[in-house]
Amino acid sequence: MSILTLPPAAAGSLIARLNPCTRVVAAFAFALAAAAGGGLAAPVAGLALALLLAGLARLAPGRVLRRLLALEGFMAMLLLVLPFTVSGTPLFTVAGLTASAEGVRQALSIALKANAVAVAALALLGTMDMVTLGRALARLGLPDRFVTLFLFTVRYIDVLHEQYGRLRLAMRARAFRPSAGLHTWRSIGWLVGMLLVGSLERSERIHAAMRLRGFTGRFPRLDGQPAGALDWGFGAAHAAWLGAMVLLGLP
Amino acid sequence: MSDGLIRLEGIHFSYPGRPPVLCGLDFAVAAGQRWALTGANGAGKTTLFHLMVGLLAPAAGRVVAFGRERRGERDFHDVRARVGLLFQDSDDQLFCPTVAEDIAFGPLNLGRSPAEARRLAAATLDRVGLAGFGDRVTHRLSGGEKRLVALATVLAMEPEILLLDEPSNGLDDDARRRLLAVLADLPQAMVIISHDDGLLSRLACRRAHLNGGRVMV
Repeated sequence: MSILTLPPAAAGSLIARLNPCTRVVAAFAFALAAAAGGGLAAPVAGLALALLLAGLARLAPGRVLRRLLALEGFMAMLLLVLPFTVSGTPLFTVAGLTASAEGVRQALSIALKANAVAVAALALLGTMDMVTLGRALARLGLPDRFVTLFLFTVRYIDVLHEQYGRLRLAMRARAFRPSAGLHTWRSIGWLVGMLLVGSLERSERIHAAMRLRGFTGRFPRLDGQPAGALDWGFGAAHAAWLGAMVLLGLP
Repeated sequence: MSDGLIRLEGIHFSYPGRPPVLCGLDFAVAAGQRWALTGANGAGKTTLFHLMVGLLAPAAGRVVAFGRERRGERDFHDVRARVGLLFQDSDDQLFCPTVAEDIAFGPLNLGRSPAEARRLAAATLDRVGLAGFGDRVTHRLSGGEKRLVALATVLAMEPEILLLDEPSNGLDDDARRRLLAVLADLPQAMVIISHDDGLLSRLACRRAHLNGGRVMV
């Protein structure tokens, strides 16, 4: 089972029919517009758009919630601390610390924005497989070197993960059980070292195979699909909503 | 001059810090010849292949390919277009996201247009019995399919010689049979490293045994 396998976007959904480049640009624009606005109205509009996109991508609500939970865990600290560290009109007091209304508003705004961006990214990008994403980035003019690194990571992370699995299995087959001792740390160290050496040697063999096929550092690419009417239509509607969001957020 | 495609003369080679692998080796492949290359593990069979395409450089001796002596990396660029090397581990050879892109990689490097490369990829897949596999993701193929796709990436460059390094290694009976059928129909000169006697007796008509750093014919 590949660790990179994503459940495919519900085939035939509007988002799945868009050109990958359109989806990348839309996600990027969304993140920028969401970050720009102040106040609470703009983030609420952003979250509404994100939920609409999730609906258009036919995302399963359970999966989205699970992913968001991970984000919430990450942000909990910030959200808890912010009301007490921003000065302003006192709202309530906990154990001698005073929470300000401004702080609560800011925490709320950040939480809304972060969740909106996460939902939008899940809808637009999370439903795309990594290879398609890499190709879209290349067509959007990202440096070749970056795209090559990205695609190689996608291609070989599975091979490395399988190798790791095989080595772990071999260790377990000889009764290795991780504990807190020196023996465990040394064995894990050898495992990691072995993976690094193996990967380095593999990368040399791959490079040799590429040279044999005439590789001189530049990546040729097969052409992709051009953007269609659906992409322009979606792009216009998306841009209009984002524009309204930014206007709402102006002080 | 012989009609040799590749000729190795008096080759010496050793990896740093290890005893010599090849000492005074002579070997030549001519058009239409199919060689079985045998020898113990570590005898230098794969090393010999890598010397023939310039991935390794000999400490002494000459590599003559297609009528010219080849020395540096640059000399070998056109040799690599005409000599196809199939690796032992197909995961080393297939690095593009999809099968069609992987097969098109070589032809694109040789200056074909994307449309031509795409056509060539489809035609080559058809030749190895994997028609319609173009959009498959390479790392999700089975072992046998990977080997056939790796062979297709080599064949798409239309080489004159094939160097096959353990082609049937790790394949099940069915995959092995399919590979054998494809290889038996190819017109190219071949050198085959293998411990699979059935495969060698079906494909090869000459035997070379690597022992003590030399080839015994």
